[in-house]
Amino acid sequence: MEVGLSHYLTVAAIIFSIGIFGIFLNRKNVIIILMSIELMLLAVNINLVAFSTHLGDLMGQVFALLVLTVAAGEAAIGLAILVAYHRNRGSIAVEDINMMKG
Amino acid sequence: MAIAGLFFYLFSAITVAAAFMVIASRNPVHSVLFLILAFFNSAGLFILMGAEFLAMILVVVYVGAVAVLFLFVVMMLDIDFTELRQGMLQYLPVGGIIGLILLVELIFVLGSWALSPEAVATIADKAPEMANVTNTEAIGRILYTKYVYLFQAAGIVLLIAMVGAIVLTLRHKEGVKRQSIPQQVARTPATAIEVRKVKSGEGLS
Repeated sequence: MEVGLSHYLTVAAIIFSIGIFGIFLNRKNVIIILMSIELMLLAVNINLVAFSTHLGDLMGQVFALLVLTVAAGEAAIGLAILVAYHRNRGSIAVEDINMMKG
Repeated sequence: MAIAGLFFYLFSAITVAAAFMVIASRNPVHSVLFLILAFFNSAGLFILMGAEFLAMILVVVYVGAVAVLFLFVVMMLDIDFTELRQGMLQYLPVGGIIGLILLVELIFVLGSWALSPEAVATIADKAPEMANVTNTEAIGRILYTKYVYLFQAAGIVLLIAMVGAIVLTLRHKEGVKRQSIPQQVARTPATAIEVRKVKSGEGLS
């Protein structure tokens, strides 16, 4: 029962699908949607690191580091927007976010 | 090798279960705590793969910063979460179908996947032998030399994120006394001091 590359890729695929599923399931709750995005980025990181270590190419790990940076920045900005929005409207329901009529 | 396999299945099972609980749990605080559990176990997966540095970074950045930030926001905002959960069953079929289709497609891709012989020739940065150099040192050797511009770009991304978060959430409240340096500097004796003659035996009114 050797654990190979495809085992890790399967785990990453499952986590990514759970992330997608979470976005559809919690359509109203922005916080859970942001957490689902974090899960999807985690799945991408698992993929990058799995390929990197199994092929012996370090660039994948450098790239995973950059993905981590972007994920941290995205979480910070997303939550800041959420706090500002909650301060203005008193709610975080997604269907209320229509001020810009986009 | 059997122990590595055992730990792989342990870590991956807990990660997947925790990821599912993140989206399914009733209380968002529990969701954040399950997210932390998922991050810890995927750090374990990273260690199994041999990427120790990224495993530690994952714990520090995700658990120490991102998840705590989520926890702060969830607890700080006063939100009625039961109202937000209404209509969840209505989205369940569509979300389930889309998630399942995606998963099946990804599994199909994984099933028919094979490494092309030319792929080995395209390796950009060959990892050194683990016996000579640790993973952290190997990443540091290429991150600060060959990919130094990417490293700087990551720093700029974080700087912009920080500035953006501060700009979005900073507000000036009315009625809070703040130091105004231009006003202090512009004061002259004429505006600051008042000289009064006081007669003896009488006070100032």
